Amino acid sequence: MVKKGRIALFFFIVALMATGIALLVRPVISDVNLGLDLQGGFEVLYEVEPINEGDTINDEALLSTTTALNERVNTIGVSEPTIQIEGDNRIRVQLAGVQDQESAREILATGGELTIRDVDDNILLDGSDLTQNGSSASLHADTNQPIVTLTLDDGDQFGEITQELSQRPDNENLLVMWLDFEEGDSYEEERLKEDPKFLSAASVRQPLFTRNVMIEGNFTTEETRFLAEILNAGSLPVDLNEIYSTSVGASLGEQAMKQTVNAGLIGVALIFIYMIMYYRFPGVIAVITLSAYTFLVLVIFNALNAVLTLPGIAALILGVGMAVDANIITYERVREEIKTGKSIKSAYKVGGRRSFATIFDANITTLIAAGVMFYFGTSSVQGFAVMLIISILVSFLTAVWGSRVLLGLWVDSKFLNKRPGWFGVKRGEIDEL
Amino acid sequence: MSFNPEKWNVDLTKHRRKFFVGSGLTVIIGIVLLFTMGLNLGVDFESGSNVEIQTDEPLTQEQVLADFEAIDIDDSYVPSVTLGGDQSQNASARFVDEFSQQEIALIQSYFDEKYGHSPNISTVSPLVGEELAQNALLSVLIASVAIVIYIAFRFQFLYGISAIIGLLHDAFIIIALFSLLQIEINVPFIAAVLTVVGYSINDTIVTFDRMRENVNKEKEINSFERLAHIVNKSLLQVITRSINTVLTVLFASLALFIFGGEAIRSFSLALVIGLVAGTYSSMFLCAQMWLVWEWKRLKKIKSKPPKQPEEEYI
Repeated sequence: MVKKGRIALFFFIVALMATGIALLVRPVISDVNLGLDLQGGFEVLYEVEPINEGDTINDEALLSTTTALNERVNTIGVSEPTIQIEGDNRIRVQLAGVQDQESAREILATGGELTIRDVDDNILLDGSDLTQNGSSASLHADTNQPIVTLTLDDGDQFGEITQELSQRPDNENLLVMWLDFEEGDSYEEERLKEDPKFLSAASVRQPLFTRNVMIEGNFTTEETRFLAEILNAGSLPVDLNEIYSTSVGASLGEQAMKQTVNAGLIGVALIFIYMIMYYRFPGVIAVITLSAYTFLVLVIFNALNAVLTLPGIAALILGVGMAVDANIITYERVREEIKTGKSIKSAYKVGGRRSFATIFDANITTLIAAGVMFYFGTSSVQGFAVMLIISILVSFLTAVWGSRVLLGLWVDSKFLNKRPGWFGVKRGEIDEL
Repeated sequence: MSFNPEKWNVDLTKHRRKFFVGSGLTVIIGIVLLFTMGLNLGVDFESGSNVEIQTDEPLTQEQVLADFEAIDIDDSYVPSVTLGGDQSQNASARFVDEFSQQEIALIQSYFDEKYGHSPNISTVSPLVGEELAQNALLSVLIASVAIVIYIAFRFQFLYGISAIIGLLHDAFIIIALFSLLQIEINVPFIAAVLTVVGYSINDTIVTFDRMRENVNKEKEINSFERLAHIVNKSLLQVITRSINTVLTVLFASLALFIFGGEAIRSFSLALVIGLVAGTYSSMFLCAQMWLVWEWKRLKKIKSKPPKQPEEEYI
């Protein structure tokens, strides 16, 4: 008796998967962040050097610099730039899809310039008057409001400025804080806008002879932290020294991408055809689980917000290879067992169990290699390792477990009993017990 | 499409000396090549600038050189220009100097105006590419040690050593062939080598797994022929799987090589070479090395007289 319920369940699962993939494949593929080599864009690697001898470049300085660069990138209007710290003193900036590289370069390379001005836009203080890394976000002792505190190099200078300001009438006694004030900007114009270019404007009612300045405003905690980082970056006199740059024209990148995708599709189609021709019915199962594998890898890849580059594609190919390999190892084992004269059911059981140990060891060793590459590697090597780790884990889920569940339903249904041909085994090859 | 290699009357272990000598010679030739011809390091590894020009019409070297002369760039040094694409619509010019930002801007606007495509310009100080390569090498070496430890724990120390030799062999073959063919080495090439390393170790472990299983089935192995027979049998048992796996992965990499475009051609070529080398080394190097070493080890154990418990002498 063939248990039709199992087969029905199989088709139900497959239909469910197919619908899920069909519905989600477009948004998932369009969500994949393409690296510069596939999309075109601009990449620079900076070496961070202190401008004054004796200053040190520490993690804090690097973090503040990336924040400042991020701010800068936002003004260019690039979505999702990648700004990474590498080693002790390097920052890699990747701007995918940037057309105007020259202005991007200029905006990036000029340090964060903080100025404090009066309402007539005259400079009162600038970034060089701030103590290095002297800004921090905190809460007001009385009101519990998020505030930003600054430390100045010279308290007397600030006292004089605030003394002068405090004598002005309301609305003119303001300390206006600007980040990257450009020729032509003005407080008068900006204050009417909903999202003014200046950071804050605080009124001064009394002279403050102190080195510690507090900025109050309607800030959220997030905003104050952001502001503090920017101020630190702005006040940080780092030199950004360009040591590597590369640009990929949009059309070249696009061409590379199109060709790579087409080539990938041809390759996968060949794999599918081969698997079905050689392994027959299990080959069909392999095709189903491989499709699920490719889809899931991309979903997880997107969830990690990773960027797909050529090395990433290399890892994806290796992953496909390992997923196919897991299927091949299992099916070969099952075939061997069928040939020794076992029933389909026990051949499937024994074959599955024995092949699992093999796949496990093979994948763990590759996982170790990937883990080491991730830990010790940088940039491309690390990106490769991430993709490889995802591939191995997902192939375990789909090609090992998924394949087993799906094929198991058919084996349990007893439909395959007496049908060794479905496994690509000829009757003449089976030893009589 | 079914064949049964187990019934083949082939002795793969008999020819092991030829495999060792062949691979040894290949490695020696590779080392000689590296020292004489060296590697054609791309701009990723050497200081300088690279300008990739794209047009809709065929280009000639003279034309490109004339273009650079026209913008008065780097007149002390004539750049090396290579043409690519189906009808030479792509050109790549290498300069030993690192361009300044002004020079880059100048080149970009000039070619954009003239050919309607903005060229790709990379400048690099050699430090960065070298660091990446060193880093990749270091990672592979540390990974090798970690893998040996894992295999020694799960299998046996000798399996680990032979697997790692196979892995290094495969990576080296790619590098040697790229030296012979003088194909430019860039960052994606490193990714290709890493991929092959991953594949090689995967493939070797599958082969070893079957050898271990068959060895464990035997009660006692008392002759070299017996051990060789077990290894041979294991190889024949996994050969279908090895061929099918490498074929499917080759489909993908060959498709990338043929249809994937200029940008990844050298990358996919490295993959194709490495995958074939990886399958070869698993069966014909790693397994055979293990066979020889394992037999030496067994012989040593046997030749040792069994230890007498000390109590007897008291």
